[in-house]
Amino acid sequence: MKIDSRETLNTMGKTWKEGFAKETARILVCAGTGCVANGSLQVYEALKAEVQRRNAYVSVEMLLEEGQSGTTIVKSGCHGFCEMGPLVRLEPGGILYIKVSKDDATDIVTALLEGKGPVERLLYKHPVTGEIYAEESNIPFYKHQTRTVLQHCGVIDPEDIREYIAEGGYQALAKVLHEMSPADVCQEVIDSGLRGRGGGGFPTGRKWEATRISEGEKKYVVCNGDEGDPGAFMDRSVMEGDPHKVLEGMAIAGYAVGADEGYIYVRAEYPLAVQRLETAIKQALEMGLLGENILGTGFNFRIKIKEGAGAFVCGEETALLASIEGERGMPRPKPPFPAQSGLWGKPTLINNVETFANVPKVINDGAKVFRKSGTAKSPGTKTFALTGQVANTGLIEVPMGITLRDIVYEIGGGLRNGKRFKAVQIGGPSGGCLTEQHMDMELDFDSLLSVGAMIGSGGLVVTNEDTCMVEFARYFMNFTQNESCGKCVPCREGTKRMLEMLQRAVDGEGRPEDVEILEDLAEAVKDGSLCGLGKTAPNPVLSMLKYFKDEYVAHVVDKRCPAGVCKALLGYSIDPESCKGCSKCSRVCPVGAITGEIKKPYRIDSEKCIKCGACVSSCPFKAIKEG
Amino acid sequence: MMTVTANSVFIDNQPVELNGEVNLLTLVRKVGVELPTFCYHSELSIYGACRMCVVEIEGRGIVAACSTPPTPGMRILTNSPRVQRVRRTVLELLLANHERECTTCEKNGNCKLQDLANRFGVRKIRFGERDMKLPIDDSSASIVRDPNKCILCGDCVRMCSEVQGIGILNFANRGSKVQVTPAFNKKMAEVECVNCGQCSAVCPTGALVVKSQVNQAWKALADPSKVVVAQVAPAVRVALGEEFGMEAGQIVTGKVVGALKRLGFDKVFDTCIAADLTIMEETTELIERLEKGIEGPLFTSCCPAWVKYAEHNGSNLLKNLSTCRSPQQMFGSLVKRYWAKELGKEPKDIYVISIMPCTAKKFEAARPEFTVDGVPDVDLVLTTQELSQMIRESGLDFAAVDPDSFDMPFGFTTGAGVIFGASGGVAEAALRAAYEMVTGEVLEQVNFESIRGFAGLKEATVNLNGKEVKVAVVHGLGNAKELLNKLNSGEAKYDFVEVMACPGGCISGAGQPQAVDMNTKKARARGIYHADKLSQLRKSQDNPVVAKFYEKWLQRPNSHEAHETLHTSYSTRARITGEDIELLNSDREHKVDLAVCLGTCCYTKGSYDTLQEFIRQAERNGIKEQLNLHATFCLEGCENSPSVRVNDQIYGGITAERVGTFIQEKVLPELERNKE
Repeated sequence: MKIDSRETLNTMGKTWKEGFAKETARILVCAGTGCVANGSLQVYEALKAEVQRRNAYVSVEMLLEEGQSGTTIVKSGCHGFCEMGPLVRLEPGGILYIKVSKDDATDIVTALLEGKGPVERLLYKHPVTGEIYAEESNIPFYKHQTRTVLQHCGVIDPEDIREYIAEGGYQALAKVLHEMSPADVCQEVIDSGLRGRGGGGFPTGRKWEATRISEGEKKYVVCNGDEGDPGAFMDRSVMEGDPHKVLEGMAIAGYAVGADEGYIYVRAEYPLAVQRLETAIKQALEMGLLGENILGTGFNFRIKIKEGAGAFVCGEETALLASIEGERGMPRPKPPFPAQSGLWGKPTLINNVETFANVPKVINDGAKVFRKSGTAKSPGTKTFALTGQVANTGLIEVPMGITLRDIVYEIGGGLRNGKRFKAVQIGGPSGGCLTEQHMDMELDFDSLLSVGAMIGSGGLVVTNEDTCMVEFARYFMNFTQNESCGKCVPCREGTKRMLEMLQRAVDGEGRPEDVEILEDLAEAVKDGSLCGLGKTAPNPVLSMLKYFKDEYVAHVVDKRCPAGVCKALLGYSIDPESCKGCSKCSRVCPVGAITGEIKKPYRIDSEKCIKCGACVSSCPFKAIKEG
Repeated sequence: MMTVTANSVFIDNQPVELNGEVNLLTLVRKVGVELPTFCYHSELSIYGACRMCVVEIEGRGIVAACSTPPTPGMRILTNSPRVQRVRRTVLELLLANHERECTTCEKNGNCKLQDLANRFGVRKIRFGERDMKLPIDDSSASIVRDPNKCILCGDCVRMCSEVQGIGILNFANRGSKVQVTPAFNKKMAEVECVNCGQCSAVCPTGALVVKSQVNQAWKALADPSKVVVAQVAPAVRVALGEEFGMEAGQIVTGKVVGALKRLGFDKVFDTCIAADLTIMEETTELIERLEKGIEGPLFTSCCPAWVKYAEHNGSNLLKNLSTCRSPQQMFGSLVKRYWAKELGKEPKDIYVISIMPCTAKKFEAARPEFTVDGVPDVDLVLTTQELSQMIRESGLDFAAVDPDSFDMPFGFTTGAGVIFGASGGVAEAALRAAYEMVTGEVLEQVNFESIRGFAGLKEATVNLNGKEVKVAVVHGLGNAKELLNKLNSGEAKYDFVEVMACPGGCISGAGQPQAVDMNTKKARARGIYHADKLSQLRKSQDNPVVAKFYEKWLQRPNSHEAHETLHTSYSTRARITGEDIELLNSDREHKVDLAVCLGTCCYTKGSYDTLQEFIRQAERNGIKEQLNLHATFCLEGCENSPSVRVNDQIYGGITAERVGTFIQEKVLPELERNKE
């Protein structure tokens, strides 16, 4: 079917919306990468089989045929609460089942068809309070979120364009094509205050306007889906869970800047996102919402997918463009900016996935409404991947300006196992640490920059007292060194040398003079590097030196790891008071480092000890001390 | 003090008026501040990688001057503490990872890294040592690549791809493991490197250097059983002086001869006479082609890098390449074939050493077709730089060396032979000859200005007896590539095309003293044309010694003798080196050799499917045991790919669908034939 006018779009949206209403029940099985990995597709098959076995009317597609009613089972996009997957959501009611296995299918369907209450063992139970929650929206993890970009994720079937249209999809595109000039669109985006969600926070509207006024017959719109930070998966979830929103945002951008061709650069490591985007593009083309003469307005826009080969640096826009062109992904100096000379030398607008996903909302609701959430300088919401030592981990979306405390304690449910909070690493390998003192700071692009961190791609890693911040910085430095494209000297050689010093520190071979050299080098790399990757690579180190310098000094001067993480710096000793001389430790020691006489305190020869820790776990009297 | 206008910027607090400068680097240099850089070259694209040219801009922080355009009102600091820290750190980081065996390095004293480390007074390196030792690639006849000294500035990469249009070098790997290397870590000799050496000419360190053969020269000079003969190329005489503090372009021919004699050379000859001979042969070839109306232009063949380029890139180009050997090889051939006899010597007793501006000449001299009965026509090629090394080593004060003149008979030359050293010279010399040969009239105005100079493509049209002969001159293989594309598409049409691989011609050869800014090149070119102007004779056909050679040895241009001595033939190098991949190996007595090409052309047209289909069908036909099946790389049937070879016969257009019929029609009969 072809949607060739705004009227048809409205009629069909209405018809399909009514299709939903006929359902008596809807079972949404999360088919995001996390849940799929945990077996959600088997859950989907089991549920389908179960419903069929019971002869209940079931459609695996969205729309029930005329005059019918029954249960629909669909695969949805990511709900964000990945740690609890596979997730199954029931409509109406918004009941969320967690950690569902295929063996639960019978119970779920029985409860649903027989009108019993939800299956209690599959409901979320708060790890601290023990309270049980049935409705998704009441779970603290969701309750404090504002899901606008992620609004459809987990709610609609991302492989069926009709669901997106039924939810008001492509209305923003229709609006700009019929009611607004390209300049109006750019102005609306400028007025909205939307800033690039890829990390830098550059005003999106200004980028659009610059590309619009740039001269050229041929222009491109490029979507940056090369999300490469360790642990970050916001863009993946959007591409998997609501691909049409990204396509719609890109088409609007194409109209605004005067481009008829778009590229989505997506990591090849995101096969599901690639597949969903391909399906979405195909369906949009078939319906005429992409392609030639969209909605009968004469506007043409096509989108191609380019799979990246897994280089972190290709998230940098000029490297990404080089990669699309088939060149080695290396950044080039700016200016010229892509808006002047981008893909194949043509004016190019390049935005991140989440930025494009914000666009339909900006257009539909208008700049004013958009500005109502978030802060004055950073309006709107931001998605984060919350990981680390908090009770609830997963994908979250919060208004800009939320405090760290709300994220860690309300959404994240506090720290696991009653441990003490130490820091939050924000922005992955490009970001920095936030500590106790930042707990009540309003988080947005500018406040984070002012304390030496950045939103970056939006990874949030919560650490506790058992985390060694030196090792933490080493981990990120190892990542950036491996991912540096090697073009400019400060990044290529500087990260190597910073890593060398950090490695020395955790290996117990740190030198006192390293403290000064490391800081000086980090500053030089930050100043001197060519692209964002290099300029931000020292951030984890600098922020470690700013907030946890004593820990680093302890490593390189006192040869001690205060968190007790760095094996090389651990020493074991036997407390003669507690030791009963049972000899268990000396028997498990693989290198014969422990000697003594029965019933008298034993001793550890630190020269021979390989710090394997076997003795500690063998001691029935907890007489062996680490540190 | 300058006044401040709306168009002013401030450099270290001094107002400076903008005057269309495209980047801060040129602007800052204009006011007398020498910003250091490794990766900025005016003739290459802006790369912005070395971060040595950083400056601090108020309100913006640290930027690279090379890639930042100035805007009015900008306040630029060129030596602030932040700038100093970045520069110093970059230098230290580079030095830390550099193999610092400076004293024995080819580039000792002529190395940018050494120079800047010295200028910035780096005395201590706070970081560790280089932690890997990569193998040195000395496979090439001309260039030695030592990745341990590479600072990854990318100058060679851009030179090879942007200027030369070849691109054999590029970056591989990530992070601190990044290397500049030919594809798949192959050696320089295994890829389509043409040995032009321009990579080494821009390399700031000892990572790419010209292969030195100075020791072999000393050895030959010390060998009493050898008559050691030098030939000196035209471009050497306008550049060698630079190595000894003289101005670029100063003609030092006499001193070169004097110095060579004092180094112990028995005879010192001039390559220019062989250039005159080349003109006689090549112009005759051109006129013959014009008379016969042969399609396509005649390409010159003096430049060995261009010849190798042609061999790699166009099997259909080779038939248009002049069969004339280069002047270097004509000289060697004459000396060993004829002059040795006059001396009563065997060819092996004469040792010919060329002094060339060129690195590719080393490769040319080693080509097997220029070796007769195990004796090479040219035994050794030294670059201008290597000669200066020998002069320094000997302790000679070059400036004080008494000028001497070339020995006879290979010492008498014309201006036409001299201008071979600059781009356009061969074509100009050929036109001087062609005009007189065709029209029979004397050419009064011998200067063809339109094909001189540094424009990428230069053209001239000459009326020869009513026929308009169109001549094109290109230099830099990138320009040549562009011209070839135009010729192929029919957009351009010429009768005669001169190609020199190096930008500006031989004066800019990679064997010349390394100071390749445009002013130096222009001064050398001026020197060349000045030498031409000073010559008594300006046309090759007027050279009485050349006439004598024909009379004595060669009869006439393009005679049988001339062909034997002065011409050569070419073969394509399109094939990628590498072993075939054996897929099926038959131990039967009766078997067929079957090879499927997986070269680029064939692969893109589906030869991989063809290969798989062969395996399937062989099984179906029950002949799998009787096949030697190989995957091979380029059977040079690119126009009709996918190509398949059955025993010695090559067949084109064998797509997967055609495999069944092909086995019936070609493979099975071949098997039958074997049995008989």
